[in-house]
Amino acid sequence: MSARDDAAAAGPGKRKASPGSVRRAFQPWNDPAARPLVSFRNVAKRFGTVTAVDDLSLSLYPREFFALLGPSGCGKTTLMRMLAGFETPDAGEILLDGVDITKVPPHQRPVNMMFQSYALFPHLSVQANIAYGLKREGLPKPEIDRRVEEMLALVKLDGLGKRRPDQLSGGQRQRVALARSLAKRPKLLLLDEPMAALDRKLRESTQFELMDLQSELGLTFMVVTHDQDEAMTMADRMAVMSHGKLVQIGPPDVIYEAPANRYVAEFVGDINVIEGRVSAVAGDLVTLESPVAGTVELDEETLALKPGEAIFVGLRPEKISLSHDEPEQGVNKVAGEIWDIGYLGDFTMVQVMVGGDDGHLLKVALANRSRRIERPFAWEDKVWLSWDVEAGLVLPP
Amino acid sequence: MSARNAAARLGRLVVAVPYLWLLLFFLVPFGMVLRIALSDSATALPPYAPHFDGFSQLGEFLSGLDFENFRLLGDDELYWQSYLYSLRLAALTTLIALAIGYPLAYAMASVSRRAQGLLVVLVILPFWTSFLIRVYAWIGILRPDGLLDAALMGLGLTSEPLRLLNTEAAVLIGMVYSYLPFMVLPLFATLQKLDRSLLEAAADLGATPLKAFLTVTLPLSLPGILAGSALVFIPAVGEFVIPDLLGGPDTVMIGKVLWNEFFSNRDWPLASAVAIVLLIVLVLPLVLLQRARLARGEAA
Repeated sequence: MSARDDAAAAGPGKRKASPGSVRRAFQPWNDPAARPLVSFRNVAKRFGTVTAVDDLSLSLYPREFFALLGPSGCGKTTLMRMLAGFETPDAGEILLDGVDITKVPPHQRPVNMMFQSYALFPHLSVQANIAYGLKREGLPKPEIDRRVEEMLALVKLDGLGKRRPDQLSGGQRQRVALARSLAKRPKLLLLDEPMAALDRKLRESTQFELMDLQSELGLTFMVVTHDQDEAMTMADRMAVMSHGKLVQIGPPDVIYEAPANRYVAEFVGDINVIEGRVSAVAGDLVTLESPVAGTVELDEETLALKPGEAIFVGLRPEKISLSHDEPEQGVNKVAGEIWDIGYLGDFTMVQVMVGGDDGHLLKVALANRSRRIERPFAWEDKVWLSWDVEAGLVLPP
Repeated sequence: MSARNAAARLGRLVVAVPYLWLLLFFLVPFGMVLRIALSDSATALPPYAPHFDGFSQLGEFLSGLDFENFRLLGDDELYWQSYLYSLRLAALTTLIALAIGYPLAYAMASVSRRAQGLLVVLVILPFWTSFLIRVYAWIGILRPDGLLDAALMGLGLTSEPLRLLNTEAAVLIGMVYSYLPFMVLPLFATLQKLDRSLLEAAADLGATPLKAFLTVTLPLSLPGILAGSALVFIPAVGEFVIPDLLGGPDTVMIGKVLWNEFFSNRDWPLASAVAIVLLIVLVLPLVLLQRARLARGEAA
């Protein structure tokens, strides 16, 4: 029984288990027998002198929720538009369910897209917008009406079918766009920045609804976003893109806790990067000397490091502890002075200057567990930072 | 609160300006024309009777007015046939201008922004020359052994002159040529505003390019089609210069009739009646259209 089936058995009223890292049993990308739904094979696309997508290969699996994350201009939108058929690759091929669709025009692809601008037809009612794709299929009218009602109920817009898009709120328009793109029951749904136009509260609830919908309908979703929270919340797997290449693909927790390189580590979440030189390697335990943080010990299983090698080490702010007294541990600690305190409600981001006034600023995240207004730390406090041996991670450049 | 009241008063004043303008330069002249239309032709200065001689003779003055001229417009078939002919020719002009203008505007809206600016200038460019001169130029092109005949015969496409000048075809050519920019510009404005992602959405949902055009582009450009058609049709109905210069004895458009009554026959009352009926013929469909649109807007 998969995690998804557990979710279905949870019954109504209760929030179903979400995909993402929770769905441990769902890992088709690790199963050599699994057949991908979509395969990009050495796909490339240039616009003039700009390479938007550079010799890229990627497979998506049925029922997967896949997120493409990257800064604007990294090629993620071009990749999605090639899948929808709005751009033709200069090289390589795209397979959908084993069929080469590289040259198939958009209107013949069993793929639907939800546009960032929603692209609702302003002259048509909500019903007619949702029915648009079904009419093109030539379905009989009663069947179309039934499907439209079903879709309206699915996105909780019952009774609003007669309205026009300009008579709806932003959140409602987003739901209509979603219903329209789902109406044809596509093998693959593409979502281009689906939450970009929603405010924060609405975004959060919509993310969960989208995940429920995806697992309920058993569809494959590919979402393009520059918002890492969105990608991490929703995706089974996410890919971080940069300059037309995929830098890392993996479940959100792997991307965050074990980033492939410095780019991914700095793009996804906050991280302190410190330089150091390896002084000893004993099994998994790597010891290094850092001009910023002194002697650092870290657990590193995968990389073959040699003494004398210069490396970068990443430390997530929430994995560093802050104290006024010197910690008892012999290594993985450094003294500094508080330069800045940013109170964010759920946690406080403290910036500590280590190694004197011209040293290095390190970020420390403190969870605000109590409601006390008096904070234990203040500006210009002399403090100690410390962290566990598991906290540090080696970052290839 | 008095500041707000003052602002409201100022607002009403600003709104009053265009109404005042309409009153002064449309309603008052219209009243004068209507009064002439209800008078009789007379050998006098101005050439109509009765004259308004002060309020003491108001009853006498009013009893001198009648609808005789309007009755004549209905009785003499020359007039209503000219109206019908003008409406037919204007409708034909509008259709041809739409058929040529739509693809033109569509192509203009599809090219890059910079090229669009240039193309708009090219569409407006003919206005830099006098309208009259441009119509005269068509005489040179269309007359027997003119530029068109010379070109066609030179290419061996025709063996004898087409004799286009002084025909209905010549009037149509001249009107389509003259009014085409009024069709192209509003169409271009609506097509240019059209969100391209709507066409992508249509394609994504399974619409062929033709179907996407018919179900998305065409309905969304309807305001442009209506505006362009009105801008071509309305002046085309009353057109006088083009049929006078390019048309023949058969092309009796109502504008020409009006000119003849006014200047050749010096029958001001009849000419005024012709003008008023023309105005009603043109304004009535516009009012109905506007009402239908308002009704539809409320229903939506």
